[in-house]
Amino acid sequence: MIKTLDKFAIGESGKVVAVTGERKIKRRLYDMGITNGAEIYLRKRAPLGDPLEVSVRSYELSLRSTEAMLISLEVTHA
Amino acid sequence: MLKFALAGNPNSGKTTLFNGLTGSTAHVGNWPGVTVDKREGVYKKCDEPIALVDLPGIYSLSPYTQEEVIARNYILDEKPDCVINIIDATNLERNLYLTTQIMEIDVPVVLALNMMDAVEKRGDNIDAKELENRLGLPVVKISALKGEGLDKLMSIAYAASKVKREGKTVLEETALKHLVKDLTIALSGQGVENPVFHAVKLAELDDLEVLMHKDAVKMVDAFKKSNLDDTFGGDFEALVADGRYKYITKYFSPTLKRKNKDKFIVTPSDKADKILTHKIWGFPIFLLILFAIFHLTFSENLLFLGALFPEGYVTLQGTAFEGVFGEGGINSPGVTLMNLVGLLTDTISGGISSLLENSAPWVSGLICDGILGGVFAVLGFLPQILVLFLFFSILEDSGYMARIAFILDRALRKFGLSGRAFLPMIMGFGCSVPAMINTRTLADEKEKLATIRVIPFFSCGAKLPILTAVAGTIITKGSLTAGYADVITYSMYLLGMLTAFVSVILMRKTTQKGEIPPFIMELPAYHAPQIRNLIALLWEKAKHFIEKAFTIILASTIIVWVVSHFSFTWTFLDEEQMSNSILAGLSGLIQPIFTPLGFGSQLADYGWVFALAAITGLIAKENVVATLGSLAVGLGFAGIDGLFLATGITIPALLSFIAFNMTTIPCFAAVSAAKGEMSDKKKFNWTLLFWIAVSFIVSSAIYFIGTWWWTCFIYLVVAAIVCVVINLIDKKTIKA
Repeated sequence: MIKTLDKFAIGESGKVVAVTGERKIKRRLYDMGITNGAEIYLRKRAPLGDPLEVSVRSYELSLRSTEAMLISLEVTHA
Repeated sequence: MLKFALAGNPNSGKTTLFNGLTGSTAHVGNWPGVTVDKREGVYKKCDEPIALVDLPGIYSLSPYTQEEVIARNYILDEKPDCVINIIDATNLERNLYLTTQIMEIDVPVVLALNMMDAVEKRGDNIDAKELENRLGLPVVKISALKGEGLDKLMSIAYAASKVKREGKTVLEETALKHLVKDLTIALSGQGVENPVFHAVKLAELDDLEVLMHKDAVKMVDAFKKSNLDDTFGGDFEALVADGRYKYITKYFSPTLKRKNKDKFIVTPSDKADKILTHKIWGFPIFLLILFAIFHLTFSENLLFLGALFPEGYVTLQGTAFEGVFGEGGINSPGVTLMNLVGLLTDTISGGISSLLENSAPWVSGLICDGILGGVFAVLGFLPQILVLFLFFSILEDSGYMARIAFILDRALRKFGLSGRAFLPMIMGFGCSVPAMINTRTLADEKEKLATIRVIPFFSCGAKLPILTAVAGTIITKGSLTAGYADVITYSMYLLGMLTAFVSVILMRKTTQKGEIPPFIMELPAYHAPQIRNLIALLWEKAKHFIEKAFTIILASTIIVWVVSHFSFTWTFLDEEQMSNSILAGLSGLIQPIFTPLGFGSQLADYGWVFALAAITGLIAKENVVATLGSLAVGLGFAGIDGLFLATGITIPALLSFIAFNMTTIPCFAAVSAAKGEMSDKKKFNWTLLFWIAVSFIVSSAIYFIGTWWWTCFIYLVVAAIVCVVINLIDKKTIKA
């Protein structure tokens, strides 16, 4: 099943299949290691529900739902 | 002298390595035109001395952030003899991503594999020899923290710097292979330096490159037309990033032998985050830490132990150090240090004034009160500024700062700011100077400017005496009980914060309009802060501050002293005669400006004292109460209260006076800090104007509404119109 990262539940993980959005933000996401095939694990949400904290390429990254929306993943582990 | 550059990701231990290599030779400046720190130093243990430049911490060499452009241009234009690329070994893939870009440049590159101890602690290991072979670059294992392997690293880098190296790319296995090759050949044919690097960036259609090599762009376009890739839809930037990471995972990642095969292991850092960014506990813990910091910096009753001491207890009573460590309680480290510095400066000025006892009164006055008094008053802030700075550096260094941004981002987005902006604002309650310097952590120029402008509205420690002194008068005048002092002070603090948030919203909707910058931020693993780094940082700040105190601030205090102690006929006046001074005369002249604020021409005798106090407050906000105090004595009143009452000032006007001092141009130290953080003069001038405008609007509103309550309707109507107009403009720009 493919869905965007903002729709993930805590503890779910998936493989990146597409990154969309404006060029600058997209590039930033690539630079931080979010490229096709990268595995992302949704670790938690901030106390007010946003931003998100994910594990990717063995480090912790924080990003907002609006940015997570740009990342589509194939769910590997629910 | 040989020149080496230090490059690497943020949080990779780069600063620790730099400090370890350069020691006391390190000095800090800014990169030309921007307020990004430029650290330079010298390493002396090789055959020849080596100048080291610490490049900003970056993840990539994209054209999108200031730091990345600085690093990229430095390597390309300044042509260092070697680039030392520090790698956080616990985070190999993402760190090597930058390496794959640096190695495309024709420069010798050496990899410093840092934090191997943390990797080994996990039971993992990295085969450095194998990594070296696969990369084609020397790899040295180091521990920046323990200072291990540093000399070996430098001797290998020194050897590497003697051999020419040509750029190499890892994109040979991607669809862009031919394009990059053709571009490289074309560019080297044109005699372009670093052809491989430029070829790859051109293939990405990098904004900076496209401008530089217009003809080569045609090749990219032609290639694009003939090779439309379905998966990427012609997004070559994606193709390049993807190619790099694919190559890294295929060839470099296998050199890491992992004990735990589970991909998403729970590290000690993650465990700490379970509590520190907890859904419910995250906020209270943050508030508690913040309170602890302010308590340790400003409290005169540490841990509220005062109740344990007998009434009137003073530490070291009867000695020179009487009360330094506490009066009726224990002083916080911040206050204790401040007292010690105060003791030292008092001793110095005491000694000098006794030396000058027989000289003319204006000479001793100028030296003791004008020069020493002014400089020492500013230096008096230094201990608390440094203590505050120390705590906030610990937060930054330990990794907790990133979590604060994480927790608060959502709340601050409502004001058009990102989570990072909260800290400098809160620091403003202590002192605006470190707060303004802290805005360097904000990546977005407009967000940074808006934040700097509102920092003074978070009323700092030096403004508190104004609040308490004036609140006292309000209580006397209104025959209120003393309990109201708290309420008045508290509501004034709230008013300052309200002003700050309203102005941020207005600015972000008008002049400082801009998207809220994206929040794609690493949450680095927690680690203990480095004492050595902290000391280096504090020393740097202290040096900077002292330099300022003895230059600009010194000059301005002398001027103020002269105009307040000489009459227009150029005769010297002592404190009691200050009402005849040039400054008093000038204050009388500008007094009408404050009429709309309630403390201008409508006041009876002595009304000019408010204008004068406000002006001296521009040097240091302590001066406001200090000036009023000495004037009150000089004019024969029993305290500030008496002086205030004699002017016939009303309660709304007194409140307006507090608000004016809180929101107007801050003290000299803060103004110069603000100037240092702004890249151009125009922005700075607008900032000064902004402070004046806000203080007049806020204080006059208080005065008018307090005096004639019905004027609140006028203000409401005006505010409503402003809101509507801004929303209309907002909609218009969205449509356009």
